[in-house]
Amino acid sequence: MKRAFLGELEELVLLTVAALQEQAYCASVTQTIEQQMARSISFPTVHVTLQRLEEKGFAISRMGGATAERGGRQKRLFTVTAAGQRALIECRAMRSQLWEQIPTQVLELWGA
Amino acid sequence: MGRVDNKNYPGPPRWAAWLLSRLGPEGLEDELQGDMQEMHAFWCRTAGLRKANWRYLLAVMRLIRPFSRSKARKLKSQPEYRTTFIFQPAMLRNYFKIAWRNLAKNKVYSVINIGGLAAGMAVAILIGLWIYDELSFDRYFQNYNRIAKVMQRGTFNGEVFHGEYNPAPMGTELRTVYGDDFEHVIMSSWTKDHILAHGDKKFTKTGNYLSADAPDMLALKMRSGTRAGLKDPSSILLSESAAQALFGETDPLGKIMKIDNRLNVTVTGVYEDFPYNTEFRDMKFIAPWDLYVSSEQWVKRAQDNAEWGNFSWQVLAQIAPNTDFDAISAKIKDIRLKHNPEVAFLKPQVYLLPMSKWHLYSGWDKAGNLEGRFQYVWLFGIIGTFVLLLACINFMNLSTARSEKRAKEVGIRKAVGSLRNQLISQFFSESLLVVAFAFLLAILMVLLILPLFNDVADKQISILWSNPFFWLCGIGFSLLTGLIAGSYPALYLSSFQAVKVLKGTFRVGRFASVPRQMLVVVQFTVSVTLIIGTIIVFRQIQYAKNRPVGYDRNGLITVAINTPELQAHYNALRDALIQTGAVTDMSTSSAPATDLNSQNSGFSWEGKDPNFKENFGTIAVSHDFGKTVGWQFVAGRDLSRQFAGDSSGMVLNETAVRYMGLKDPVGKTVKWGDKAFQVVGVIKDMIMESPFKTVTQTVYHLNYGWANVINIKLNPAHNNSESLAAIEGVFRKFNPGSPFDYRFTDQQYALKFAAEERIGKLASGFAILAILISCLGLFGLASFVAEQRTKEIGVRKVLGASVANVWALLSRDFVVLVTIAFGIATPIAWSVLSNWLQKYEYHTEISWWIFAVSGGGALLVTLLTVSFQSVRAALVNPVKSLRSE
Repeated sequence: MKRAFLGELEELVLLTVAALQEQAYCASVTQTIEQQMARSISFPTVHVTLQRLEEKGFAISRMGGATAERGGRQKRLFTVTAAGQRALIECRAMRSQLWEQIPTQVLELWGA
Repeated sequence: MGRVDNKNYPGPPRWAAWLLSRLGPEGLEDELQGDMQEMHAFWCRTAGLRKANWRYLLAVMRLIRPFSRSKARKLKSQPEYRTTFIFQPAMLRNYFKIAWRNLAKNKVYSVINIGGLAAGMAVAILIGLWIYDELSFDRYFQNYNRIAKVMQRGTFNGEVFHGEYNPAPMGTELRTVYGDDFEHVIMSSWTKDHILAHGDKKFTKTGNYLSADAPDMLALKMRSGTRAGLKDPSSILLSESAAQALFGETDPLGKIMKIDNRLNVTVTGVYEDFPYNTEFRDMKFIAPWDLYVSSEQWVKRAQDNAEWGNFSWQVLAQIAPNTDFDAISAKIKDIRLKHNPEVAFLKPQVYLLPMSKWHLYSGWDKAGNLEGRFQYVWLFGIIGTFVLLLACINFMNLSTARSEKRAKEVGIRKAVGSLRNQLISQFFSESLLVVAFAFLLAILMVLLILPLFNDVADKQISILWSNPFFWLCGIGFSLLTGLIAGSYPALYLSSFQAVKVLKGTFRVGRFASVPRQMLVVVQFTVSVTLIIGTIIVFRQIQYAKNRPVGYDRNGLITVAINTPELQAHYNALRDALIQTGAVTDMSTSSAPATDLNSQNSGFSWEGKDPNFKENFGTIAVSHDFGKTVGWQFVAGRDLSRQFAGDSSGMVLNETAVRYMGLKDPVGKTVKWGDKAFQVVGVIKDMIMESPFKTVTQTVYHLNYGWANVINIKLNPAHNNSESLAAIEGVFRKFNPGSPFDYRFTDQQYALKFAAEERIGKLASGFAILAILISCLGLFGLASFVAEQRTKEIGVRKVLGASVANVWALLSRDFVVLVTIAFGIATPIAWSVLSNWLQKYEYHTEISWWIFAVSGGGALLVTLLTVSFQSVRAALVNPVKSLRSE
């Protein structure tokens, strides 16, 4: 099996799914990214990304939670799988590792 | 764009949402729809309605099918979202079962529907086959595209004439001077009756003397022998049927036989008979042109002396591969002018008439415009289309009318979970089933009618079982009808909302019946037009039949003079015939009374305008001709043996007298060439040509030498068959070499009406069918309306309406429709038919009563049809109709 790899967008979406916990579905994920990240992202992009994540086994979906504001239609709710969790942790670890390699003086210079 | 508050939020654009629901990725439509709705609301809040709509639209575009992966998700976890597979075999079986049950439940409708449509289709198939036959005429010949007749046209007294008679040197001229342009040039003696004899077997067969390369041009399919066989000047090629008749099973090749009892020829080949739909279908044998020339003095003279003035033969040609007809026509147009410049006043032009025009363009009117059978091809094509249209209209009318009753069924089906697509395919499969039945029935009908049709139309048509085009047309058309007729119930009914239909709040719109009424009007317009047309065609035929013919056809027979023996013993033959007692008189003439076959110019008389280019029908007769045919004299007397001067006597018809402008013609001298004739009498016009034409000015002069037929008047006191037996005995004695073949003049005369009667019969057949089909439709509609208004009628009756009231109520609508149709049909029929009548010089007038009768008839038929239903509805006990529900 090839090594699971998370693209930048995939990581972002998967993180959002994790953050939204029980309420992660395509629309909410899009809105969260747009509002919290102040980043313009289109709905179809998120939709396709979520599908890809599920295909790769990083997320799993189930149906549920119809509300009036969506015309009584069911949502597809996503949760992060164990593989997804591992991938996210690995991502963070790799970044931390890189962060740690930057000398503290430099970081201070950046004002971080 | 400001923010939109909750109350005024309009939701996403409907059509885009619809698009997403129809074309969204399979299995995800629902959740995407929901998500997108949420997103739209979100965008609306954050960016305004306009931006929201715009983003929504962009998103939809990226999500719908061709641009997104649809299979993406394995559906294992959501079995309840699997889409229904429309063409499941079980479901298809069910559609047909339901369709079958529906048909069986409403037997009357089914019969009307299927029967009507089948009748229409049968007519269309018949007409289609007829048109196919007409258009494929002569295509049997391999060189179809390169064969032509040599023709000439000219103008005479302001009228354009065309002729296919050619002088004998024409063939030589074309072959030598224009040899590069022609592959073959064929002289033809015309296909005529000849006697073929082998041993004691004698038959009259139609055949032709043709130049030696004719078999190559016609691409004869040889059964035995070779095409080159005709090169031998004393040979004959027989058709298979003639060979069979003469030689039976024995091999005819190399056998010696006789033509017309005087020419010995050897059979050098047998060819496949020409099919019935070819120009040369009567050519049962082909003999060499050279034999004809050497055996007939006058032909030999015409050919040897290059007589350009004797127009007696046909010239056929096959053009060379690298040329075309127009180019050659332009080259050869002045041939006649070159050889006899004295006819320059006729402006004669020689041209080629391609084989493709021989059959369909058989003639020209006086102005030189083409006319001919292609007009009938059009006419029948139009009629066929209309009859088919009528049947389709019926079919659609009835099925839509019926379908409204099934709104409840649709409601229940939807409530139980039927998808719209399933309903659509259900209704389509029903109408396709009916159309399929109708198509099969139509083919059966055609099989039954074809023999009769062939008889009436003088054709040998059969169903083109092996022609893919035929099946393509038939099945393609059936599919089309089924789809069109089924489209209303399929697309309209399936759109009903189940709740409304079942609650009873569903109503068919006020104007739902308008298209149906229009269709009824169209139907009756066609029917009434056809009725009027049929009446007028028959009136025209009757009018011409009632025309005085100027002689007595009863018991008159003609025998062709085809051997020298008959001509030589005129008096002996006449005496012998009269002695039998079976014959009251006998004479010879140059033409039978039903055929004016010779016209000449070169006449002069006292007081003639020297610039007048005259033209007379010329008939040579013997002394007894007048008595034989029963001439009716208006002035002077008949030719008689008692006056020696009558040997140069002449009888004119009334038209000739008017044509010459003579005041008192009897006793005047008329010169024809150098010979002077004495006018002894004037007869009433004798109709020798078409009874629809004006009579040609004709002179009858005494000439025993120019005799082609023997006219015999049978003794009316004797039985015809006994008389004929007696006459045959006499002919056997005088003319042992040939069979005794005779023709009854009244039958020959009746043949002149054949074309018109054929049209009349076909038109009346189609008219009857059209009316029948229309009535079927009307009947179905009336019963539908009566059923629909059962309650209304019940209430009216309770309130005191009489049977007559109810009857009037139900019938009125239809009567109005038929009246409108009549109003439309009248001017159409009038203009078309007055045009048609103009074609005939001798024609009847269109009188108002024809329209009155047709309109009245249509109205009567309508009332009868509708009354059957309306009276029945009016008689129903209102308690019964109101009790239910």
